[in-house]
Amino acid sequence: MRCVSWARHAFNGRDWLAKERVWSLMGFACKVPSEPGWWENAVTFRLEGRGLGCERDDRWLFANLDLAVGPGEMLRVEGPNGSGKTTLLKILSGQLSEHDGELLWSGKPMRRNRTAFLANLLYLGHAPGVKSALSPLENLAWYQALNGEHGSEASRMAALDEIGLYGFEDVPVAQLSAGQQRRVALARMLLSPRPLWVLDEPFTAIDRQGVAALETRLQTHVARGGSVILTTHHELTPLPALRRVSLGVS
Amino acid sequence: MWAFIHKLGSPKWFYAISTRLLPWFWAAAAVLLMVGAAWGLAFAPSDYQQGNSFRIIYVHVPAAILAQSCFVALAVAGGIFLVWKIRLADMAATVIAPFGAAMTFLALFSGAVWGVPTWGTWWVWDARLTSMLIQLFLYLGIIALRGAFASRDSGAKAASVLALVGVVNIPIIKYSVEWWNTLHQPATFTLTERPAMPVEMWLPLLVMVLGFYCFFIALTLTRTRSEILRRESAKRWVRELVEGRTGGDTDGL
Amino acid sequence: MQVVEPKTGLAVAVKATVKRDLTLLLRRRGEVLNPLVFFALVITLFPLGISPDTDLLAEIAPGLLWVAALLATQLSLDVLFRGDFDDGSLEQLLLAPQPLPALVLSKVLVHWLLTGLPLAVMAPLLGVMLALPAGSYAVLAVSLALGSASLSLIGAIGAALTVGLARGGVLLSLLVLPLYIPVLIFGAGAVQVAVLGGNAAPHLALLGALLALALMLAPWAIAAALRISING
Repeated sequence: MRCVSWARHAFNGRDWLAKERVWSLMGFACKVPSEPGWWENAVTFRLEGRGLGCERDDRWLFANLDLAVGPGEMLRVEGPNGSGKTTLLKILSGQLSEHDGELLWSGKPMRRNRTAFLANLLYLGHAPGVKSALSPLENLAWYQALNGEHGSEASRMAALDEIGLYGFEDVPVAQLSAGQQRRVALARMLLSPRPLWVLDEPFTAIDRQGVAALETRLQTHVARGGSVILTTHHELTPLPALRRVSLGVS
Repeated sequence: MWAFIHKLGSPKWFYAISTRLLPWFWAAAAVLLMVGAAWGLAFAPSDYQQGNSFRIIYVHVPAAILAQSCFVALAVAGGIFLVWKIRLADMAATVIAPFGAAMTFLALFSGAVWGVPTWGTWWVWDARLTSMLIQLFLYLGIIALRGAFASRDSGAKAASVLALVGVVNIPIIKYSVEWWNTLHQPATFTLTERPAMPVEMWLPLLVMVLGFYCFFIALTLTRTRSEILRRESAKRWVRELVEGRTGGDTDGL
Repeated sequence: MQVVEPKTGLAVAVKATVKRDLTLLLRRRGEVLNPLVFFALVITLFPLGISPDTDLLAEIAPGLLWVAALLATQLSLDVLFRGDFDDGSLEQLLLAPQPLPALVLSKVLVHWLLTGLPLAVMAPLLGVMLALPAGSYAVLAVSLALGSASLSLIGAIGAALTVGLARGGVLLSLLVLPLYIPVLIFGAGAVQVAVLGGNAAPHLALLGALLALALMLAPWAIAAALRISING
């Protein structure tokens, strides 16, 4: 299997120190497994859609779409407004179960495998999903708790610092600018390791440096063996791992 | 089994089958309703207490029974639509809801008319009238909820959930209201007890109830067929059907 | 990158959701107070509209208090999921690797803690103003506390169904109020029995039964309704 061999290649463990450095750079408070050979047992993932189609109120947004995303791959969904990009992302993130075709997570149908899938998913929608009456720290704490983990205040502080919200950790989100609010949502990327990122227009309201940093972050995630599915109007730097799906060509 | 259910759920198949069934149900409904009405209104003996005014049960009771059956049918259709995503079930639910509401209203109205000679007033807060009134509100809620959604699919699903919630609640509402107040006569028709009415009185009632059911089935089939044509108007079989018929009869459209 | 195994931290998630919703509501105390003020205001209207005669008021007080409390609960329901829907948190709640019924149950719990329970505590005060006979105050408070929990659960189904609609408020009343009737009958009945000096325990037991039923079924209906609304 191609994805398995890829994962071995990515994590062949040649240089633990370097890997640890990458992880800590990303702001993770994660333990890097220490015994050599752990990756042999590591299960890889693959999100696969076969013959996906979506009909809404007698209008076919798209039909017969085959796609797959595995470790180290980035998939960009393209298309004009109203071509069903957001709908496809909702299907791929398991929110819309009403569609044609089959959705598989690691080879098993999504319907039966939903919780396992959701534990691996990070989804950012149009709305940032940030409570304006809470501080960025409180927002992140809730997100971590939703996954059933307590997390630590230090890791949340580190994530917020890294995303460029140093000094705003305890300010109610309502007092932050739109771009800063967006960054609070983006800080979730740094918190817990989720292999699959599904991002709907992640660059909205972010300033130029933020865009560059975010793009680097996406590339790092892919290089580390994660995968990204996104829609954006922003021009992405061409990557070998970048693939495209075009909707609404008709 | 599943293949059969899904075949049954195919609008095209349903359309073909209902074309054959429809005339029979309409004929049965017409015959039963005419016989029942004539028998009940003209030939059945009058009640020794209520005189001729009791004859309104030949409308009131079938309407009330049908109003409740419609709600169950609505919930069953909603459940089928939510679980198996069979669109035909939702098309049926779309046409059953207004009919059920109309029947509930008819039962309420005939009950009120009956109340004038019986209790000397148009409205009594009697247990069964009250739960009927609540049921009317439930119907109106389902119809309003379906209409409130911009997307028809979401409206259909929301209405199905509400119908299921409603059908769980209806017995609770009914028993709590009955507990709250019982002024009305005991139920006219029970399956478990022998009816207290003489045969000449309840037999026409039975005919009327059957007639109402046939009318309900026939009307639902007819209206579901037009709903199918409306929703599937882009499908090829519908186009072929309509083109083949242009100038011919447009029965069911 | 390694696949993440789902953690079974449901307790953590529920606790955090309760804490978050409590924090949110306590930061906007006005929203918590509004139903209480509404309750008091409606009760004030009745003597003005009917008669200040204490005998008459005492007779209708159980029903008045219950109807007013029911309306106050209902009015506060519209915002139960709306804030989360508008800012996208609801999407995230639905994507949590946790059973959704449990998460929505914790939201409903917070709603009850900050609406139903205060209403139940406040009702005896208003009962005094309506000349409710002594001895029925405890039953009034207990019946409202039990009943309003069912009201929150049933109402949350309606709130979840209408959260995606721009103007769901009036529709929500139309959907929810008919479903409230059994709770109203047994709740007001309990207080009436207590006023007459009878044993209110059977009524309270029935209220408890309704609550048990609502606890069993409503979370699933709310979860299903939210999944529909989020894609409306």
